[in-house]
Amino acid sequence: MLETVILIVFAMIGVSLLLNIWRLLVGPSIPDRILALDTMYINSIALIILYGMSLGTALYFEAALLIAMLGFVSTVAVCKYLLRGDIIE
Amino acid sequence: MIEWIISILLLIGGCFILVGSIGLVKMPDFFMRLHGPTKATTLGMASLLTAAMVFFSTTQAGLSAKEILISLFLLLTAPISAYMMIKSAIHHKLASIERTKGKDNIEDDV
Amino acid sequence: MRLEAKFKWLPTPYMSLLLFIVWLLLNNSVSTGHILLAAVLAIVIPLATNPFKVKQPLILKPGLAFRHLMLVLYDIITANIQVAILILGPNKKLTPGFVKVPLDLTHNMPITILASTVSLTPGTVSAEVYPWQESLEEGEIPEQRFLLIHVLNLTDEEALIKTIKQRYEAPLKEIFQC
Repeated sequence: MLETVILIVFAMIGVSLLLNIWRLLVGPSIPDRILALDTMYINSIALIILYGMSLGTALYFEAALLIAMLGFVSTVAVCKYLLRGDIIE
Repeated sequence: MIEWIISILLLIGGCFILVGSIGLVKMPDFFMRLHGPTKATTLGMASLLTAAMVFFSTTQAGLSAKEILISLFLLLTAPISAYMMIKSAIHHKLASIERTKGKDNIEDDV
Repeated sequence: MRLEAKFKWLPTPYMSLLLFIVWLLLNNSVSTGHILLAAVLAIVIPLATNPFKVKQPLILKPGLAFRHLMLVLYDIITANIQVAILILGPNKKLTPGFVKVPLDLTHNMPITILASTVSLTPGTVSAEVYPWQESLEEGEIPEQRFLLIHVLNLTDEEALIKTIKQRYEAPLKEIFQC
């Protein structure tokens, strides 16, 4: 049963990633795109954890933790750039 | 029994993550879009990681609790990244939809 | 409000505890070697990094802090279900709004915690703290601060402000005694 559930959840997260990509491409503003990227990295963590579960190995945990940390830092860095790195300031 | 718990937690997590992304696409302006990913996705991840914790604790030797770390980290960082994004949106003077109340509460940048 | 810890060698006791637990979780073991290493790291890291930090108010009521944490976790779960229903419902029904909440808290650290709990709980995202940090002098603490929040579905502004002040701000005031 667990295999089927994991497959269903895989599909759910795949659909959410597609929705995020749609928002990333459509925009319309830059903060919208940052928000889409921010959601995408969280969803990819979910995907990695699920992949680890379907293979039955905990090896992917470190990769997920690294993505969580780098994703947060990059979101904050891009926002900070938007706030303070403007030409018109 | 444990398989049932894992399955239900996984499904709840998947549903919340999906709801967060639907909110991201469906809402009309940036400020409303922000609500889905900051709240629903974070709780979805927490639920999914709890499922992973139960799964790895039962299938592998010994207790595995390190998945809590990612949940904790996401719970701590989600409000901060949301705050940074809404700050940059206010700085760029993004339009909110017309029926938004209390728009004059926003003060101008220095 | 207290800024200095009781013991010089343990400047931030709760961060030390957190470091200890995180090290054990990362290694996923409770062997003697790891406990010893975690204890050493939990004492050395705060000592080494303490001079860089701006002094923040310390938690004075740990029991109340724990109760407040449990309340917030419970609220996160219930509020998320409400938000999920709002998101899946029709857009036309939603009336978003910006609300300015006057704060009794004046220090940065309690305000940060309040803003984070507001972001995670009832259909609200905290947007800004007024007056602007950039407009203040270095180290100056203004007398009255405001928290600007964005609400997904604003029905009763007064009730919302009252909930935030009573449910989330009052315990924080008690915990940090300021």
